[in-house]
Amino acid sequence: MSVVARGLSHAYGELRSLDSIELEAPPGEVVAFVGPSGCGKSTLLEIACGLREPSAGTISVEGATDAKGRLSHCAYMPQRDLLLPWFSALDNAGLALRNRGVGRAEARGRAGELFERFGLAGFEGSWPQELSGGMRQRVAFLRTLVAGKPVLLLDEPFASLDAISRAEMQEWLAGALRADGRTVLLVSHDLEEALYLADRVLVLSSRPGRVVKELTAPDPRAADRDGAVTDPAFVAAREAALRALHAGAR
Amino acid sequence: MKPRSLKPTWRAVLRVLLPAAVIAAIIGAWQIAAANGAIAEALSIEPFLVPSPAEVGDALWDSRTLLLENAWVTLREILLGLLAGVLLGIGLSILMRFSRTLRDAVYPLTVALQAVPIVVIAPILVIWFGYGIWPKVIIVALACFFPITVTTLDGFRSVDPEAVKMMRTLDASRRQIFTRVEAPSALPSFFSGAKVAVAIAPIVALFAELAGSNSGLMRLIVEDNNNFHEARVFAAAVVLAVIGVLLVGLTALAQRLVVTWR
Repeated sequence: MSVVARGLSHAYGELRSLDSIELEAPPGEVVAFVGPSGCGKSTLLEIACGLREPSAGTISVEGATDAKGRLSHCAYMPQRDLLLPWFSALDNAGLALRNRGVGRAEARGRAGELFERFGLAGFEGSWPQELSGGMRQRVAFLRTLVAGKPVLLLDEPFASLDAISRAEMQEWLAGALRADGRTVLLVSHDLEEALYLADRVLVLSSRPGRVVKELTAPDPRAADRDGAVTDPAFVAAREAALRALHAGAR
Repeated sequence: MKPRSLKPTWRAVLRVLLPAAVIAAIIGAWQIAAANGAIAEALSIEPFLVPSPAEVGDALWDSRTLLLENAWVTLREILLGLLAGVLLGIGLSILMRFSRTLRDAVYPLTVALQAVPIVVIAPILVIWFGYGIWPKVIIVALACFFPITVTTLDGFRSVDPEAVKMMRTLDASRRQIFTRVEAPSALPSFFSGAKVAVAIAPIVALFAELAGSNSGLMRLIVEDNNNFHEARVFAAAVVLAVIGVLLVGLTALAQRLVVTWR
């Protein structure tokens, strides 16, 4: 198992944010967490990558249970792209390598190899503020991938984009994830996004978040997003998830 | 209705021409008023106490060596003081960034130090360090390090905590987070402080010279004023204005070159 959580709970002082989360994610699986705002989804990711410790229960990532070990196996992509404006797109993408002591030229070379595949060819030297929202998110995703960790944690990766770029980016990410084959924990408040991108969707209740429903995404999915989300199986799964979400929010 | 707008090129030309025209108009009016004695009459003083711009220009040229010699003294005080103030300010803000204890211990003193008027400290330092350049450098440094320390420290504190988190997940060490995220984030704030420092440094240097000096523009101004050599007093003021504008301009230029992302 790549990520295992047992009875995982978390509280900010008196405020309980997560309640008895159980999770087993085998290598290569994409698991999505969906829930209302404030249900502890982001906290769950921060615990997984070692930025926080659970209040109760355990979590292990690639066998590591301590914060430092979990951090070394997880790459975390936050909600906002957080590209550093004083670095070029290429240098932002290579940040993890530079932090590990890789020389600037080599870090650029290795990050640069992925620019073409991510539709960013020609924008290597651009400053983040010169890129569109969708391109910035792609650079942020690339930065996460280049870190070379076996587990990716994506926190509402497209929340800041408009509907059209968002749909495009989902389609793009679905392809990128399938090609990459890493274990992914994805957090979203958008059911459609979760069902479209993930293999499995866990619906969380409102705070404290606990798993109220587990759904397997319809498989196989149409290659294009429009085809996939209008498929009857997809629509049925979405309806079931929606009902669970509403029941859990009460 | 659409407001009337000018082409950008014309706007740029006007931005140079308009202030130049205002300055020229003031100098022209002053020239006329000084030459026909109107100002002296209005102030009920002798006409030779009101030099015309032409006389100031003559004084600038005739006393150029004297003015430059003394300007160099004052400029050195300003530059050395600024350099010391900037280094002290950056160093202290970094130390306070990393040590909460140090910040709690030293920050109130920094503020208190700033509250002591320069006019009071200057004569004391002259007694302690003599009439040379060092009391002036110390005073300029003392006055300049405060705005830089405060703004740079604020800059460190304004760092996006999410960016720091992101860096941690990308295996950044404490030092790497500082050099790659916190330090660049603080640069715009540092420059705000540096602009204040650069603006006050000449004033402080002049105050320090007033407290006791053998040379420098303020020394020259006091002497000339006592000898009713008003044209050269104005000439010295012109030199000071040039120094001030150059310092502020160079700081703004440095900011533009360094902070490219704003």
